[in-house]
Amino acid sequence: MSEQLAVPLTGWGRPTPLSLLRLVVSRITTMSLVEVQKLRHDRTELFTRAIQPALWLIIFGETFTRLRAIPTGHIPYIDYLAPGIIAQSALFIAIFYGIQVIWERDAGVLAKLMVTPTPRIALVTGKAFAASIRALIQALVVLILAALLGVALTDNPIKLLGMAALVSLGSCFFCCLSITIAGLALTHDRLMGIGQAITMPLFFGSSALYPINLMPGWLRAFNLVNPLGYEVDGLRGLLIGTPAQLGLDFGVLALASVFMISVASALLVRLAR
Amino acid sequence: MTTLTVPPAVRVTGVRHRFGDTIAVDGVDFDVASGMVFGLLGPNGAGKTTTLRMITTLLPAPPGTIEVFGLDVARHKLAVRRLIGYVPQRLSADGALTGWENVALFARLYDVPRTRRRQVVDSALESVGLADVAGRTASTYSGGMIRRLELAQALVNAPRLLMLDEPTIGLDPIARTSVWERILEVRADTGMTVLVTTHYMDEADQYCDRIALMHRGRIRAMGTPAELKASVDPDATLDDVFRAITGDELRSSPGERMRDVRATRRTAHRLG
Ligand SMILES: Nc1ncnc2c1ncn2[C@@H]1O[C@H](COP(=O)(O)OP(=O)(O)O)[C@@H](O)[C@H]1O
Ligand SMILES: [Mg+2]
Repeated sequence: MSEQLAVPLTGWGRPTPLSLLRLVVSRITTMSLVEVQKLRHDRTELFTRAIQPALWLIIFGETFTRLRAIPTGHIPYIDYLAPGIIAQSALFIAIFYGIQVIWERDAGVLAKLMVTPTPRIALVTGKAFAASIRALIQALVVLILAALLGVALTDNPIKLLGMAALVSLGSCFFCCLSITIAGLALTHDRLMGIGQAITMPLFFGSSALYPINLMPGWLRAFNLVNPLGYEVDGLRGLLIGTPAQLGLDFGVLALASVFMISVASALLVRLAR
Repeated sequence: MTTLTVPPAVRVTGVRHRFGDTIAVDGVDFDVASGMVFGLLGPNGAGKTTTLRMITTLLPAPPGTIEVFGLDVARHKLAVRRLIGYVPQRLSADGALTGWENVALFARLYDVPRTRRRQVVDSALESVGLADVAGRTASTYSGGMIRRLELAQALVNAPRLLMLDEPTIGLDPIARTSVWERILEVRADTGMTVLVTTHYMDEADQYCDRIALMHRGRIRAMGTPAELKASVDPDATLDDVFRAITGDELRSSPGERMRDVRATRRTAHRLG
């Protein structure tokens, strides 16, 4: 602590693109690490949060498989449902992060971080990383459960890696969507309202629970602009081998994530004012 | 560098800020010379926090300009942020992290090299007397402990400019003294500049080299504590100075009277 002033006064012009890139990467690593530390202090929550998707899979999945109410061709309904539940739980986790950012704003932590030499994009990406880690842990729980319930899942490691990548992209998008809404809503109550108002339509307006061809035309149109629809399509293709447009699914989610990270970063400053 | 070319630590010129219809800062100019403890004094709502937040790059300042060590805050945000340490008015530490992790986070964000990080964080916690509780999550800390933790965070990279917004609000006299002792210790070691807001007149008198009295978004007087007091009366206190400068206005708006404010401030620290 008692060393001489560590920061030189001269030589601070505009940073070069390369030094800026290095800074962003370093800060994203730091903010991700901090999120992992927070998860470590709160391990029970990781498991209590896995209860909900487990119930969906066991109760909803088993029941509708027996009822044969939803025609999924030669695939048992529970097999059809498992990838949808992974996408759903990732969505529900990610949407929570906007609320967390508002809490951190209310606690004064956000403003303090924003006064450090940390690009906003690193603050946002750290949260997206945390959402992905949580979603992946839940995906693992769902996969194990599904395997126990006899779902014919892929054991191809490449496809499982692809699944992890898709879940991460989806979490990143929805986490940043949630932070964006937080940046517009500014208060906890308004964000809760908007969050609830959009989460359910996103979920039911995707093929998570039922095939697209069962949807009315307008819902099918919505599914086309719903990133969750692409996530579910890709996950199903990778995990149980249904026909899927994997290139399109990855492309749409990657572009949507990049776009949403930028918007969330730009709006973050509104929260600190 | 010769003394003539050393820029002031802070130069604030013609700065204004409004929140909707409220004019929080209404044309403020001041310089803080490098190495001094500069106090921004004034009652609740004077505009101290807003001024400080503009210097931290959190709030825009146009049409005014702010320079930190000669760097324009609007154009060199990242560079300015490297030079400052900031302790906001409201107690704030990440309750989901331990004390150690809270400080280590800031060490990383200020690019303390990895080889030195552990030792720097340890000694930062040691110096504010939190070494024993460093492994506990900050949510279990008392107000005074959080304030000291924040000080350790802000000082972890030996900032050139330390900005403290009412650092001792809500603390008992012993905690107040220990916070000030730590600040002055680091300043003696590193020569950093300190910009502090407070409404404790006695504190400002004791610790500040120079004071600006702020009221309703404007600076009403500026000088050393001795100069300010002498300008009113040989036996005057800073309280008297403040009353002399803003007296009529204060009496016409009893809600903002300094003494009232001091009384309420002790209990309520949920202030903007
Ligand atoms: N975020 C904000 N939104 C609206 N008004 C604000 C905000 N922050 C401060 N103000 C108003 O600006 C004025 C100055 O506030 P502030 O800078 O916090 O004063 P001080 O720190 O001296 O108590 C006050 O009238 C306050 O109500
Ligand atoms: Mg204030």
